[in-house]
Amino acid sequence: MRFERRERPSAALTLLAPLGAIGAALALAGALIATAGANVAEAFGLILQGALGSRLGITETLTRATPLILTGLAAAVAFRARLWNIGGEGQFYMGALAVSAFGLVPGLAAAPAPVAVLACLVAGALAGMALLLVPVTLKLRFGTDEVVTTLLLNFVAILFVSMMIEGALRDPLAFGWPQSVPVPDVALLPQLVERSRLHAGLLIALAMAVAVWWLQERTVFGMRARAAGLNARAAAFAGVPLGRTLVLVGCLSGGLAGLAGAIEVMGVKGYVTTDLSPNYGYSGIVIAMLAALHPIGVIGAALFSAVIFVGADSMSRALGVPSYIADVTVALSLLTMLVALFLVQFRVRR
Amino acid sequence: MSVLLDILASVGLWEAVLRIATPLILGTLGVLLCERVGVLNLGIEGIMAFGAMIGWLTVYSGGDLWAGIAAAAACGAAFGLLHALMTVPLGLSQHVTGLGITLFASSVAYYIFRLAVPTASSPPTVEPFRPLPVPMLSDIPFFGPVLFTQTAPTYLALVLVAILAFVLYRTPLGLAIRMTGENPHAVEAQGIDPILVRIGTIMAGSALMGVAGAFLTLAAFNSFFPTMVQGRGWICIALVVFALWRPGRALLGAVLFAFFDAFQLRLQTAVDGVPYQLFLMLPYLLSILALVVMAQRARVPQALMQPYRRGER
Repeated sequence: MRFERRERPSAALTLLAPLGAIGAALALAGALIATAGANVAEAFGLILQGALGSRLGITETLTRATPLILTGLAAAVAFRARLWNIGGEGQFYMGALAVSAFGLVPGLAAAPAPVAVLACLVAGALAGMALLLVPVTLKLRFGTDEVVTTLLLNFVAILFVSMMIEGALRDPLAFGWPQSVPVPDVALLPQLVERSRLHAGLLIALAMAVAVWWLQERTVFGMRARAAGLNARAAAFAGVPLGRTLVLVGCLSGGLAGLAGAIEVMGVKGYVTTDLSPNYGYSGIVIAMLAALHPIGVIGAALFSAVIFVGADSMSRALGVPSYIADVTVALSLLTMLVALFLVQFRVRR
Repeated sequence: MSVLLDILASVGLWEAVLRIATPLILGTLGVLLCERVGVLNLGIEGIMAFGAMIGWLTVYSGGDLWAGIAAAAACGAAFGLLHALMTVPLGLSQHVTGLGITLFASSVAYYIFRLAVPTASSPPTVEPFRPLPVPMLSDIPFFGPVLFTQTAPTYLALVLVAILAFVLYRTPLGLAIRMTGENPHAVEAQGIDPILVRIGTIMAGSALMGVAGAFLTLAAFNSFFPTMVQGRGWICIALVVFALWRPGRALLGAVLFAFFDAFQLRLQTAVDGVPYQLFLMLPYLLSILALVVMAQRARVPQALMQPYRRGER
């Protein structure tokens, strides 16, 4: 058996392959649901119903998708330039923590709401950026592999958050629970829909997806970043400033992940804890891959994951299937998608 | 200052070093095998989680401790096969596949754990490996308790370092493995199939990662809980760079690392006024430091992360 590169992958195949991949992942997840002794069709029905079958479900799904769009974009922009930023989780937490720290700035509570919100968003993005610039600098200066350094910094970042919310940023009114001081009311994001948790962060995330698409497709920076990802040596010969491009990509990627954290605090929680993120950073990597690193595709992939996560929660309550099935499904769809994308590129010959 | 000396003088610290080092030794050897044959295996973190879970589950449901270790090795090899099939014949991105394996293996592990133990406030425990004093040697003052009163898997890990070093440098198999990581075309020219060498070696390396995870539940903690691996897999990836891809140095790196870990654990309780999180950060920061220092001198296997396709150059 051997593989032969297709001259021109057909449009139908390119469209069908991702659907096939999702189908395969759902089938495998169904097998796992069956081992839990639940009715598979009923379980999938409950997942869909839980995520999309009610007003509450839909708003919860969109709320869940908001940080996922941003962490998905963070991974997508980095991976496209072959900058392996696996540190989205840590950058998310640094962004969240920065908002909470920025909330203590005297005068912020008295500032007009748009100014306060904007300042907090910028603070969050800068904090995410700062954390990613460490491994990017190490990579450029010493040739240190950024995969491992970004992964390890995730643990450092969460410990740092834990230290701050038990120390300088501790909320004295939280009855001993380690959580940060709340963000001032002026810096909270407005609700989008009455009686729901859906907040304006969704609009910011959607705008970011369009902005990233524009940056990648319509600017010199986008072209350079893609060239660096496709073939760094050739790009360097063609005059692409590799170092500067990677730093900029790092700023964008870390900034988006930090923004995700900031928005989650300002839109949903109002304060920081060490369980703020149910692996939003790591899920972002899956989402970026599901979207084939396309910024607009990230929106769809994030919505898909959000449906699985929100739906699985309510299905789990009804049927007693462990809600980890959501993580399994999303991870499986990453693996099946990789194989599907391969089959689009190559044909199998005997 | 005297606090530091007190900690350094305590036998308890030195006894803990080899215990903490064992999963790191096994995991680092696993990563080393995979990278020596030319494939990055970021699946380690998840394979360790699965190994920890399946090892615990085997013993919890009445199996022997060694059956737990065997189950972890078998499951590790199975995940290794999945990783190998995707990265070697298909030549998919080793970074992304590995992360996918980690997410998949760890979430399946947590899923199965929750099926086995639907609701429990504290995770159920098993009877773990007991320290196995080596006759005569364990009576030597200081060195006896430190080196020769460990659990059986620790001795196994130490023996494996020697076996692996021998196989890699003194056998035709080892030559084929190292050559595949340097120049798979040359291997093909010798009439050996580099794809099979890669698949087999990745499976063996991943089996070691599974055992590394099982050590956590069957000798170190005696119960399983999600997120228990805590980045140990990633630390192993860093340790392989520190070890310059050599088994002996991998042992040295793991022991050195474990020493710092044991030391900071004791420092946490001995020193007041410093947030404990700062101490917990040390292992991760040390790994990054090790990477930075070693990245300069590292002689990476030449074909690492280069997919091999027959007839393509």
